[in-house]
Amino acid sequence: MALLQLERISAQYPGATEPVLSDISLDLGPQQLLVALGPSGSGKTSLLNLIAGFVEPSAGRITLDGVPVKGPSAERGVVFQDDALLPWQDVLANVGFGLELAGVSKAQREVRAREMLALVDLAGFDSRRIWQLSGGQKQRVGLARALAADPRVLLMDEPFGALDAFTREQMQELLLQVWRRTAKPVFLITHDIEEAVFLATDLILLAPNPGQIVERLSLDFGQRYAAGESARAIKSDPRFIETREHVLGKVFSQRQVSA
Amino acid sequence: MSSYELPVTTAKPAAHAPIPVRRSLSTRWISLLTLVALLIIWWAVTATGVIEPLFLPPPSAVLQKGWLLATTGYMDSTLWQHLSASLSRIGLGLGFAVLTAVPVGIAIGSSRIARGILDPLIEFYRPIPPLAYLPLIVIWCGIGELSKVLLIYLAIFAPIAIATATGVRTVDPAKLRAAQSLGATRAQLIRHVILPSALPDILTGVRIGLGVGWSTLVAAELIAATSGLGFMVQSAAQFLVTDVVVLGILVIALIAFAMEMGLRALQRKLVPWHGQAH
Repeated sequence: MALLQLERISAQYPGATEPVLSDISLDLGPQQLLVALGPSGSGKTSLLNLIAGFVEPSAGRITLDGVPVKGPSAERGVVFQDDALLPWQDVLANVGFGLELAGVSKAQREVRAREMLALVDLAGFDSRRIWQLSGGQKQRVGLARALAADPRVLLMDEPFGALDAFTREQMQELLLQVWRRTAKPVFLITHDIEEAVFLATDLILLAPNPGQIVERLSLDFGQRYAAGESARAIKSDPRFIETREHVLGKVFSQRQVSA
Repeated sequence: MSSYELPVTTAKPAAHAPIPVRRSLSTRWISLLTLVALLIIWWAVTATGVIEPLFLPPPSAVLQKGWLLATTGYMDSTLWQHLSASLSRIGLGLGFAVLTAVPVGIAIGSSRIARGILDPLIEFYRPIPPLAYLPLIVIWCGIGELSKVLLIYLAIFAPIAIATATGVRTVDPAKLRAAQSLGATRAQLIRHVILPSALPDILTGVRIGLGVGWSTLVAAELIAATSGLGFMVQSAAQFLVTDVVVLGILVIALIAFAMEMGLRALQRKLVPWHGQAH
């Protein structure tokens, strides 16, 4: 049973002649980690903004638990590429921010925020200031903040795009652990092919002009990592490499068509 | 976006002082030496009699007069009474200005309609020198305290409102979206995201406003007052009591300097994240 459903979604910027997204249909069920992969201009950020409710589709329907999505809401948590944390609050207050907005008492939200910080391996960072954190730490705070509000789905907008390669791999592994432990459905967009193949239970490949889905794949590498297999073993598995090359070829052929 | 790893303890980050400590110290020394040199020149030209005391009394005379003013007073009031009269006027003006200009600035920065209504009004009166509309205020409100406070208020209001509107308009859209996707209502957005984001700009507006307000106040007291630093200087000038004039000017300058320094310290304390990479 799909939790989040997109039915024949199209989107267009005001004044533009070409749509950014055309006829997109998607399902996101519980236990799923859906990754949208595509080059720039393929409309993946627009797709996330539609689901988050920041913009409205020009055609089609988005529903969460059967209820049409209208505007941003706490049931669709978002992790941004640039942390978007509040520097005037410390780490603990940032993580508890969603609960504060919901009117949860300070004591309760601090308990919850500490749990979430422990979940992202930042226990003891409570009173750090945001500007004292590294890029990876900020993204973990962003993830903890989104999870603390207990959303129905977690939307991630190129969350590791601004990190260095080493930190990015660590964050991917952390995300898989968190995903397994919280059982939250995740919708993540990225332009990093290896990241997409490693994380996704379901991968959609977007092509530009206008943004459309050109391929759907069901994968299990992320689940294998979550079940305890080592990341290096998975990424050097011939099947992983084959899948990665297949996707890479698809992306390149699309780019040649569009160029 | 920075991704530097800081082995943070409890110490404040050193990013506050972009200029190395040694250089900022030496700049301070140069300023101090300049001041000392000015004092020596002042003392030299008066002690040798190049300039008569009527035009420029020696530093020692001004200092003595300062003591006399502080203890027995001038024009029925001690220096402290003049000072507190001026300070309470600017305090009241500033208080009302902050209470009204910040909401107005938020309205201008966040609502198209409010901007359409208020922006031209503020831009119309802001460039007018306050002393140009002082006569009108005197006609309307008399020469009492209200006129002076109102004049200060108007002088401080515009810079704070404009700075607040700028701060509101430059709020990071990602922070707004983040708060919205955590369920923030419009009022919560203002309270938790917009206002703190705009705080550095608001404080800059207050700094500019206080500078303008202070000079306006002193000028206003020159025209219609029975107490205050401006009044003290003006009435002393009429009787050619030059040492009181010089003293008054020095006190006025010192207060302005102290307000600027105090606000900078407040800015550092209230918005420690300002200027930090985040």
